[in-house]
Amino acid sequence: MWFFLLKRCCLAVLIVLLAVTALYLMIHAIPGDPASIILGPRATEEMKAALAVKMGLDQPVYIQLLTFFGDVIQGNLGFDVFSQRPVTEIIMEQLPYTLILILTSISWAAAIGIPLGCYSAIYQNSLFDKVSAVLSVGTIAIPSFVVAIYGLLIFSVSLQWLPAIGAGNDGDFWDQAEHLILPSLAVGLGWVGYISRLVRSSMLETLSANHVRTARAFGLPERVIIFRYSLRIAILPTITLLGVGIGYLLSGALFAEIVFARPGIGKLIFDAVSTRNYPIVMGSVLVTTVLFVIATTLADFINAVFDPRIRTHA
Amino acid sequence: MTATTTKLVATMPDFSFLRVISKSLIRLCHEPLGLLGLVLVTLIVSSAVFASWLVPYDPVAMDIMHRLAPPSFEHWLGTDQLGRDVFSRVLMGGQVALKVALSAIALALGFGLLLGLIAGYGPRWLDNIIVTLFDTVRSFPTIIFALAVVTLTGPSLTTIILVVVITSIPIYGRVVRTQTQALRAQEFILAERAMGASVPRILFIHMLPNVIGQLLILASMDVPIVITIEAGLSFLGLGIQPPTPSWGTILNDGYSFIRNTPWLIIAGGLPLILSTLGFTFLGESLRDIFDPKLRKDI
Repeated sequence: MWFFLLKRCCLAVLIVLLAVTALYLMIHAIPGDPASIILGPRATEEMKAALAVKMGLDQPVYIQLLTFFGDVIQGNLGFDVFSQRPVTEIIMEQLPYTLILILTSISWAAAIGIPLGCYSAIYQNSLFDKVSAVLSVGTIAIPSFVVAIYGLLIFSVSLQWLPAIGAGNDGDFWDQAEHLILPSLAVGLGWVGYISRLVRSSMLETLSANHVRTARAFGLPERVIIFRYSLRIAILPTITLLGVGIGYLLSGALFAEIVFARPGIGKLIFDAVSTRNYPIVMGSVLVTTVLFVIATTLADFINAVFDPRIRTHA
Repeated sequence: MTATTTKLVATMPDFSFLRVISKSLIRLCHEPLGLLGLVLVTLIVSSAVFASWLVPYDPVAMDIMHRLAPPSFEHWLGTDQLGRDVFSRVLMGGQVALKVALSAIALALGFGLLLGLIAGYGPRWLDNIIVTLFDTVRSFPTIIFALAVVTLTGPSLTTIILVVVITSIPIYGRVVRTQTQALRAQEFILAERAMGASVPRILFIHMLPNVIGQLLILASMDVPIVITIEAGLSFLGLGIQPPTPSWGTILNDGYSFIRNTPWLIIAGGLPLILSTLGFTFLGESLRDIFDPKLRKDI
């Protein structure tokens, strides 16, 4: 067990290291050095050279990379090119908005998707099952940013039921909740489909398993069989899906943040990309990668706790 | 050896090309969703292929006097903020979307196949390296990876294709790797090795036909994802650059003028929704027909 955990953690660290190195090398592979892009066309050679020295760009790439990793370990992701504020501080300001959006989206998606999948599996091949199968595929297929824009068009612009932009006033819970409805609808809608399909297929598998048959033979009530003996096992693949899916969630959140002009890490990256603000891009990509790797590792770990077969096979 | 060969030939299903196609078409038509997918995909593909002949107006010709017009007989889907005919732009946008999808998926499939075969058949250390690389690439959320690449190279059609290829290679590679690993212990491969067949011969003559079917189904299910990525990046202004029409840029125009007219958003979003739905329904039905086992992996 501990060996499995250690192995997964080492792999996670290795992946983060590789990802950051790749990004760093990519920045250095392009023509035109960051210093002249940051300073613009009117900068003199001396200004460029001074900034290059300040950013450590005059050092060989591997030294820069090592310095960068050293700084990262100390929680220092560099400084914003324009405001000179620490990148860590800026990211920490924006991250909670994204996390709240993601958590809300996935929670409502699970709250609907799990019962939907469970019900479809119990009444397999019924009309309900068929309709929910079509709806699930439909919600998975429709791009989340189209849901976001259509939601904005229908509920904010035409009907004027919900606010269009921003994240609401600080400290005003209801205002913030109201601003969260449309973005979380856009991010979560596809997940209703994913989750219900996954729960349905794993429910079908467990419902035909031996231990369920034995429970039936003992005459246990159907309620107990479904909730205690089936759903508990059938929910496991969903946890893995959520772990792997955090990348998709982040992508969905990025679109929702841009469409609804919400603060958040996605909008931060987008704005930084538009202004070629490298330290912010590097910092936020690093943070999202770390989030992703932590989530997948955690999902693997939870699965290993629940299902001993995974530990031995890994 | 001849005994093995005859046995293999005897157990091989009849893969005569036309027969498989016609059989699967018949089965598709019996499934309502498969049929719907087939109809939608045929509509979208043919309108994209013949877009240059079908467009009633030049998709980039401006007519400022008639800007943001609602749908009418002259302009079926209205006009945009520069007075361009939206229907023509939607048709040409479909062509762009399919072009990106086809070229990116073909490239990703090729590289994924090669790397997957090497990882599955090669030595353990090479397998470990390739799998770690796959995991690394997958650890960037696609859109965020795309943003990082666009920062560096600037937005263009090539950038979109590059991003899609890099992020999809691991998906194909992993499937091929798993399949190859399962196949390498099979008797017919062991027999080939015992007879001294070269590694490329084993990989490309014997492994490839067993892997390619599953891969093509995966590719057909990848089409809506790639179309979404192209439209998404173009919507953000990081993909197809104006004045070239794309469903994403039409949506972006619509988003900017959301308070003036709903038509641009409806016109840009609807073909996107219909094509992702069509390709998904078709892909799922094809998978169910050819390879029900894949269903488990979702």
